[in-house]
Amino acid sequence: MKPWGRQVLASILVNSIYEMKNYPVVLINTVLSPLSFLLVIAFVSRGQLIPDAIEGGFIMSMFNSGMSLQGDLAHLKNDFKLQDMVVSSPTSPAAYVTGMALAEVIYSTPALAVLVVLAAIYIHPGVAEAVLLVSVLLLMFLASIAIGYTLSTFSSDIVQSFAFSRLISTLFSTLPPVYYPITLIPTPFRYAAYLSPTTYAAEISQNAAGLLSLSSSGVAAAWGVLLATTAALALVAMKKARWREV
Amino acid sequence: MQRADGLDCRGLTKEYQGSRGRRALDSIDLQVPARGIFSLIGMNGAGKTTLVRILATQLEPTSGTASIDGLDVVKQAKALRERIATVPQEARTVPWMTPKQTVLSYLMWRGTSYSASKAKASEVLAKVGLEQQEDVLTRRLSGGMKRKVMVATVLASEADIVFLDEPTTGLDPISRKELWAYLGTLAKDRFLILTTHYLEEAEELANIIGIMHMGRIVGLGTLDQLRAEVKQQYSVRVAAGHELPSITDGRVTRARSGEAQILTTEDEAYRLSRQLLERGARFSMSRVSLDDIFFHLVNRSDLEGTRA
Ligand SMILES: Nc1ncnc2c1ncn2[C@@H]1O[C@H](COP(=O)(O)OP(=O)(O)O)[C@@H](O)[C@H]1O
Ligand SMILES: [Mg+2]
Repeated sequence: MKPWGRQVLASILVNSIYEMKNYPVVLINTVLSPLSFLLVIAFVSRGQLIPDAIEGGFIMSMFNSGMSLQGDLAHLKNDFKLQDMVVSSPTSPAAYVTGMALAEVIYSTPALAVLVVLAAIYIHPGVAEAVLLVSVLLLMFLASIAIGYTLSTFSSDIVQSFAFSRLISTLFSTLPPVYYPITLIPTPFRYAAYLSPTTYAAEISQNAAGLLSLSSSGVAAAWGVLLATTAALALVAMKKARWREV
Repeated sequence: MQRADGLDCRGLTKEYQGSRGRRALDSIDLQVPARGIFSLIGMNGAGKTTLVRILATQLEPTSGTASIDGLDVVKQAKALRERIATVPQEARTVPWMTPKQTVLSYLMWRGTSYSASKAKASEVLAKVGLEQQEDVLTRRLSGGMKRKVMVATVLASEADIVFLDEPTTGLDPISRKELWAYLGTLAKDRFLILTTHYLEEAEELANIIGIMHMGRIVGLGTLDQLRAEVKQQYSVRVAAGHELPSITDGRVTRARSGEAQILTTEDEAYRLSRQLLERGARFSMSRVSLDDIFFHLVNRSDLEGTRA
């Protein structure tokens, strides 16, 4: 294995494998958090919105990865000074963050597995829809880790780090129509929802699963916004993220 | 500009954002050979951590340059990072990992393979006396043991330039002495930059001592060189609020606290002591120690600061 691979693996070990091995209780939370909202929506809609909620669960589990990444990076940096030790080593920020982000995916696997089973039962997507869904999720993941990493480098203590997480989750996950169709939101508020990239991700995947019928230009616009947002966030992360502090 | 081997700082200055012109480092010029232990001593806020973090490529200087063995800490950070390792101030072991996992993952970040890292981790943990604890979660270890785990990480690495920022602060005297032994081992084939506010630690371990005060280096050299710089070999320290006897031969330094120091000859020190004793003053007399040198240099630079 190349040194780069070893460095990525070190981040994965520290941020997921060792933690799961030594503190198994953390796993329960990662399964419950995307599924709990799904259950609420399923009950409230008397089963009507189960497919929407499953897709929402996928999107949110990706989005939560970035939020967990923010918290984990900030914790390791501020409370253990671990990031300083890594900065003063051959590991690049890219290798460090890639490993840390993959660790978040590993955390999400139990939840994702449950969602895949539910999707097979309630949505039964074809290959094309599945590919589409995975691409949207990948973009969502990239966007969220870019936000997570950038924010983590700005927070210097746990209170700030918590505040950032809460704010981002509210803006991007609680308010936007991720677990249900946007048509359920009355018009003036609908525009606000369009400020969040998660809304576009939900539109694309709901449309692909036939839960929503968008015009082809609507679909193209959603993709455009999603791609542009992700690219912009990634750029900001690369530019603004502070590996060496100022 | 010709780059010297070893540690070389020129006009190194740091002004943190929002510090309104207050300089954490104030144009530091420093040349130190890169071997053995270089100890930076100074009170809290002197600028030790700021200097160490800039040298360890973690923090950007505001102006000036610094290099180690000809490698610029900003422009050649990538090459330098292959050679340096740090234990930052207040670095803590991660509670959900064991000592072995801590050292192993650190070595992998340095690019070592999993199996080699694993073997090396056990070997080094045994060296610092933690073979019994290598698989125990670090949250179950004592403070001294946790600190040993941190030292083991850099001990296990191939880095030959190692920064340790106050590695013994907060430890009990016995753990501290134990750690000194490992630091001595660590320095055999490496260059150690060690900060501390325990003067006896620098006295015990350092080949070269840098005394920092308010962002400046106010003294630099071996203990003997620093002694020679002070010239007089005896020190009489008189507590605040006591009048000084008349001094025929010696230099007086006064701290803000009011405590006075007279650096003088042996004969004069004894004469002054007798007078102080007769008056019932609170004082102490001894051969010049690092503590006395520190007192002299730091308070002298305060005086110069107020004069300027
Ligand atoms: N991140 C920071 N932002 C602003 N000021 C800082 C920061 N870190 C340290 N300082 C200031 O810089 C000075 C030197 O601090 P430091 O390098 O930590 O000293 P030492 O390690 O010797 O205790 C102090 O006055 C401190 O308050
Ligand atoms: Mg410090």
